[in-house]
Amino acid sequence: MIPEDLRYTREHEWIRVEGGAGVVGITDHAQDALGDVTFVELPVEGAELTKGEEACAIESAKAAVSIYAPAGGKVVAANEALEDDPGLVNTSPFGEGWIYKLELADPSEIASLMDAAGYAAFLAAEEEQ
Amino acid sequence: MKLIFEKSVPGRRAVRNAGAGGEADANVPLPGSLLRSRPAELPELSELDVVRHFTALSRRNFGIDSGFYPLGSCTMKYNPKATEAVAACPGFADLHPLIPQLPGGEMMVQGALAVLKEMDRLLSEICGMAAFTMQPLAGAHGELTGAMIIAAYHERRGNEKTTILIPDSAHGTNPASAAIAGYDVKSVASDADGVMDLAALRAATDDGVAGMMLTCPNTLGLFNSRIRQIADLIHSVDGLMYYDGANLNPLLGRCRPGDMGFDIVHLNLHKTFATPHGGGGPGAGPVGVVERLVDFLPTSIVRERGDGSYYLDYDRPRSIGYVAPFYGNFAIVLRAYAYILMLGREGLLRVSDNAVLNANYVLAKLRGHYELPYDRICMHECVFSASRQAERSVRALNVAKALIDRGIHPMTVYFPLTVPEAMMIEPTETESMETLDAFIAAMIEIARQAREAPEEVTACPKTTPVAQLDETLAARKPDLASLAETEA
Amino acid sequence: MPFIANTDEQRRQMLAAIGVADVEELFADIPPELRCGPLDVEPGLGEQEVRAKLAALAEHNATGLVGFLGGGFYDHFIPAALDAIVSRSEFYTAYTPYQPEISQGTLQAIYEYQSAICRLTDMEVANASLYDGGTAVYEAIMMALRITGRSKVVVDETVSPIYRKMVRSYTSNLGIALVETAPSNGLPDRSAIAEHVGDDTAAVIVQNPNFFGCIDDVTDLAELVHERGGLLIASCYPISLGLLKTPGRMGADIVVGEGQSLGMPLSFGGPYLGFMATRRKYVRKMPGRIAGRTVDSQGREGFVLTLQAREQHIRRAKATSNICTNQGLCALRALVYMSLLGKGGLVELARICAAKADYLQKRLLAVGGVTMRFPRRWYFNEFVVNLPITADKVIRGLFNRSLAAGFPLGRYFPEMGNCLLVAVTEKRTKEEMDFLAHTLEVIL
Repeated sequence: MIPEDLRYTREHEWIRVEGGAGVVGITDHAQDALGDVTFVELPVEGAELTKGEEACAIESAKAAVSIYAPAGGKVVAANEALEDDPGLVNTSPFGEGWIYKLELADPSEIASLMDAAGYAAFLAAEEEQ
Repeated sequence: MKLIFEKSVPGRRAVRNAGAGGEADANVPLPGSLLRSRPAELPELSELDVVRHFTALSRRNFGIDSGFYPLGSCTMKYNPKATEAVAACPGFADLHPLIPQLPGGEMMVQGALAVLKEMDRLLSEICGMAAFTMQPLAGAHGELTGAMIIAAYHERRGNEKTTILIPDSAHGTNPASAAIAGYDVKSVASDADGVMDLAALRAATDDGVAGMMLTCPNTLGLFNSRIRQIADLIHSVDGLMYYDGANLNPLLGRCRPGDMGFDIVHLNLHKTFATPHGGGGPGAGPVGVVERLVDFLPTSIVRERGDGSYYLDYDRPRSIGYVAPFYGNFAIVLRAYAYILMLGREGLLRVSDNAVLNANYVLAKLRGHYELPYDRICMHECVFSASRQAERSVRALNVAKALIDRGIHPMTVYFPLTVPEAMMIEPTETESMETLDAFIAAMIEIARQAREAPEEVTACPKTTPVAQLDETLAARKPDLASLAETEA
Repeated sequence: MPFIANTDEQRRQMLAAIGVADVEELFADIPPELRCGPLDVEPGLGEQEVRAKLAALAEHNATGLVGFLGGGFYDHFIPAALDAIVSRSEFYTAYTPYQPEISQGTLQAIYEYQSAICRLTDMEVANASLYDGGTAVYEAIMMALRITGRSKVVVDETVSPIYRKMVRSYTSNLGIALVETAPSNGLPDRSAIAEHVGDDTAAVIVQNPNFFGCIDDVTDLAELVHERGGLLIASCYPISLGLLKTPGRMGADIVVGEGQSLGMPLSFGGPYLGFMATRRKYVRKMPGRIAGRTVDSQGREGFVLTLQAREQHIRRAKATSNICTNQGLCALRALVYMSLLGKGGLVELARICAAKADYLQKRLLAVGGVTMRFPRRWYFNEFVVNLPITADKVIRGLFNRSLAAGFPLGRYFPEMGNCLLVAVTEKRTKEEMDFLAHTLEVIL
């Protein structure tokens, strides 16, 4: 499942741009690879991130991965619902499992991210390896 | 099974302390403000209650003495009972570690110092090193000690070094230890033969490289015959070669890390040298170094005087300091010493012979039943993949659980990370052909079931008191202690 | 051949199955120039000879010394039931419990041990063990740095000098500011600490009873460091917690200590047992293995290793610690010890130790020239006496009478050359204590 209205990174994050802000989460492919998410270490509100910088971390029973910033900006919100129910990342990775919201410093950085078709091709190529 | 706290009966007690009824009834000579308001809510049980509880717990466990334990990279060989008897000697067990730090105290512990010195000599000879410290308290602790020695060396040389290289197949403690010592960690790819890719290594080796941490044979059980070239490359940038001794078993008596070009070695006494695993320790991780690094070893070091007596040398200005409070996990070092004495020169060679023979036998017999990513002679361990079975939904984890129902402890699964559905099998030299045959038969049977009735395999284990424990729940809603009701 | 089961005939069959003529062919990957010749190691000995050889070495150690040595490591009595239980091979020959279905024994024992440590210290969560009390202090410091994001720690000099030396060794390359504060009359000096604790400080580290044996109530220090956004790390002595106010009640955030006194023999330096406990909110920053209780697919209660995402086998370079093999069997020993002593037994043991120490102190003070170094301080089972001559001279004389009278502090505290650190446990009899006092009198 790869929603059309989102942009994607090579680290399997997605970003939904709403005006000057972006909501960030991880893709269905990523949550499947992780397994049951057991804990999300949410980013601190107010943190200033550059594109590609580590924003926060996700833990599952067998793995721990870093989540990066698809574009630079300031963290304006973190999904507190994940504190009580980290499983939302698994059941609704593009919806209720969103992780944090960024006020974009430079919206043009979004253009270099993959669109849905590009991400699909990227996944297919990874599969081949 | 009930928790021990749930079996408590108020007023019951197992132990009667010496001096009870006398001194214990005297008023406590301390003001109430310094005392705890309520005693700790520890269990109240009779000795029989305690013995039964732990006996029942032990029967829900599996040790080497219970059955075959082919965990790759763990070297689960038989723990000789004689070494337990030796460690129990009151002359060793009751020795206070501060005694040699008292004036005249060194002469009171000559037997213990002799053990430490002899182990230094023996391990140095076995590994081709100049000197060994027994201080590190586990393998990972040895790795950290090694990384600290690397840092001390470069500081002395005035080198600006930031990075340690490790192979992509490395054990997790390698990058963790390097990172804790303050280094960045860079991973170097393996080649098609399963060993370190020399071209990739050349590309990664620059002046910022402080050293490389490597185990040889590697975690796939493969010996890199170009190890000297690797060492020369790292040395060419004044880097140091660190040997992770977890896989030393197949080399005992045959090949020494020092001769391969390594500068620092750590050993796992609880692997190669047969000290018990204890359900997760205690272990010991002695570290050996070449001559030019001896000054950096942790303090203190046992030295011998002209008259044959031993003393502890604390005057070591270049030492990295203390990594342990005293001389290491002495009782573990003692057990390993007894083991080496029993093996002797020829016994060490027989260990490596039989370890490698057993692993290759398993490899030969399972070839064809499971995917073999590197179809070549292995050393002490072989790595298969359950990738073929995974196509029928039977994954490495399921194979592991199916072995449990057959009375065999699972092999290591999902490590090394470079092989998908990895199953790492290390039989060790202490297992008999019959045991190996039973394991091989079980694995072949499981492969057959995976083809014909995969649901039989995925339903395992069926014979254990619990099965398919919810690890997600344990991590999402951690229940980590049973606290007393009266506490917050 | 010791511990090798296969006969020559079996080896032949195995070689045939592999398809090689000789075992040497299996070592073909090792280049000839890397083969070593025969090692300079003696031929193997049989069990009888090895045991005799090591028994002879044990004789060269001071067996029969009556010990008043402490310094963090105490000669407590270990009941026979403990060794009997722990020597069950299903416990001691088992591996780390990564396969929970066949490791419920180890896992439940770890859970019970964690629980017992929490109950002992009044904390909420504990880990499955660390190597020893010194590395536990270091790990607590690293944990506090992670939690606060700060880079300075204040360690009082009343914390064991051995542990402080270890911490300095580990942290020298890490860009951490380590400040050590001098005590005032045997206890941490509040104003000295206050001076150094700022909003750059991750933690203050104290020990109770401290290295001099003095007891403190560090509630005020907890408040001070909390006010400035830092954490209090307290290192403690488990037997003393039979009586003393707990670090949990005093407001400590991370509690560590040496568990040797909970059933580990002195063994000339190890293996020992580092314990660590903390508040629930910090559990994901705590190093080491942790066992948790859960249910299985049929609703049956069981135990697993949990929160493994913190550990080296998953996080690798970003792990909370590199610890892998810890002190599993020692933690089991501690659990069994605490179960055998039980709630009442630990209180009674602590009372006995305190009462005996009190008795010895009175006998020693009756010896001319001997005074208490910290007369206005309270102590549990260990205290510092001042001698009229240097402690070193006294020690040698007492050795000749098979007495290890105490630890001369001049080695770690140069200004205390006349001071002796004396510890008393339930194993010291009235006769032994009288003999010590009498012998000291004769020497002085």
